[in-house]
Amino acid sequence: MSQVSFEEIGKQKPGHTPRGVPVVAFDPYSDEVMSNPYPYYQELREAGPLVWMQRYGTYAVGSYSSVVRVLTDHASFCSSAGVGLTNFHTETPWRKPSIILEVDPPDHSRTRKVFSRILSPRSLNKLRERFEQEAEAIVSRVVAKGVCDGVKDLAEAYPLKVFADAVGLPPDGREHLLPYGDMVFNAFGPQNDRFRECLARLGPSIEWINEVCQRKNLREDSFGAELYAAADAGEITHEEAGMLVRTMLSAGLDTTIFTIGNALACFARNPDQWAIVRDNPAIARQAIEEVLRYDSTFHSFYRTATRPVTLEGMQIEKNQKILVFVASANRDTSHWAGADTFDVHRKPAANVAFGTGIHGCAGQMIARLEAEIVLKALAAQVERIELLGAPELHFNNTVRGYASLPLRFVAKQDKGD
Amino acid sequence: MSTIVYVEPGGQRTTIEVEPGANVMRTAVGHGVAGIVAECGGAAMCATCHVYVEDGADLLPPLGEVEDEMLESALAERLSNSRLSCQLNVTSNIDVLVVRVADQQS
Repeated sequence: MSQVSFEEIGKQKPGHTPRGVPVVAFDPYSDEVMSNPYPYYQELREAGPLVWMQRYGTYAVGSYSSVVRVLTDHASFCSSAGVGLTNFHTETPWRKPSIILEVDPPDHSRTRKVFSRILSPRSLNKLRERFEQEAEAIVSRVVAKGVCDGVKDLAEAYPLKVFADAVGLPPDGREHLLPYGDMVFNAFGPQNDRFRECLARLGPSIEWINEVCQRKNLREDSFGAELYAAADAGEITHEEAGMLVRTMLSAGLDTTIFTIGNALACFARNPDQWAIVRDNPAIARQAIEEVLRYDSTFHSFYRTATRPVTLEGMQIEKNQKILVFVASANRDTSHWAGADTFDVHRKPAANVAFGTGIHGCAGQMIARLEAEIVLKALAAQVERIELLGAPELHFNNTVRGYASLPLRFVAKQDKGD
Repeated sequence: MSTIVYVEPGGQRTTIEVEPGANVMRTAVGHGVAGIVAECGGAAMCATCHVYVEDGADLLPPLGEVEDEMLESALAERLSNSRLSCQLNVTSNIDVLVVRVADQQS
């Protein structure tokens, strides 16, 4: 069933269909497509490397090479007009634009540099031990329970503890983080029913987020404290430090939660693949990469042409939005052999689950760290992951994951039994 | 056409002819140069595509602020000719680029 009518999308009403560009009619934001988007992505790739999304009046790319081409040419395809359907150059965004995500160089380099330092592998090494201890504790609890909701009890519980701790948040009220992230990612799509309902539910969460982003509410020795220290050093302003804490909170929770949930679903559905990881946990990091390729968390977002530009042999006008389907690029059979097979032995180097280029996800190394550690903790304790019923999808305009996953974790037998 | 020469830690040399604009990391991954891990796939976030530019450095773009920051996370020793290969595109004025792949990436 479609979520959006032409009346509702207002300013995004389609203009002319560009001559010579293949037209795609499906609505990527409908429940029907989101329930299983991959056949639609195949249709999109088969239509051509550059297509016209009739419903929203935008271009779209879904093949690996065209996605990489758009994401690595930030001079021609910018982020400052917003990475959603809304064009900030001509329409009003729902919130003040992000000073790292929705900005171009040279402004972008200033904020990105600070994020890069705080979220670099070197900085994250200090967190590993604490993250491992928390993962072991949470996994022990779900194994003891046996039957659980893989989303609530593990995929949500873990980042809400370790990531929120790392940012420096107080322990109480963290439930507000999830609706906020949901809103941010819904807002990259059309202003459809899903967007409006999410916004209506948001009320108190925005106030809570604004409150915890203030310096006085952030723990010492945390990402938040480091952002304010960067402001003290003059690299960014103090107001910007608060905005970057907000960015970490909107970008870093829902995404990692969905990634861990998607991993659980992949392994519950593919017991042979779980056996490989269980018996060789050293492969966990590569296995998470395969989860990200096979069932990407981020599905699509936009870039905007800064000038008339030729893409895949077609002339694109200035200010045109281009929908970039990273989840489709990760299933492109012309780039990945057996693209639709989940195979933890694959080395999915340079997949685009986190995007690529200057706006490639700044938090990707901590996301990988969290997911890898959870997988290794499971490998240490869990013989089998059984799916007890149909997983329930969480519908969001941009990110894809589960609302619930009824699972049974079957414990490994004690040594000596 | 330009040429990229990758010298791996074991001494193995891989020579690849590339079109103008080719990215040094992507070319390595596409041709199975094992020493280039490139976990983040070109976002300058992981420091696992670290190379030492042995020849052709003067024609490359200068070290970027973000790249400079990320090289601090490189596992192998950082030298004056250290670069992240994901940040290097071979422009048509470069005839031959020789990069030595760092011996530790992740």
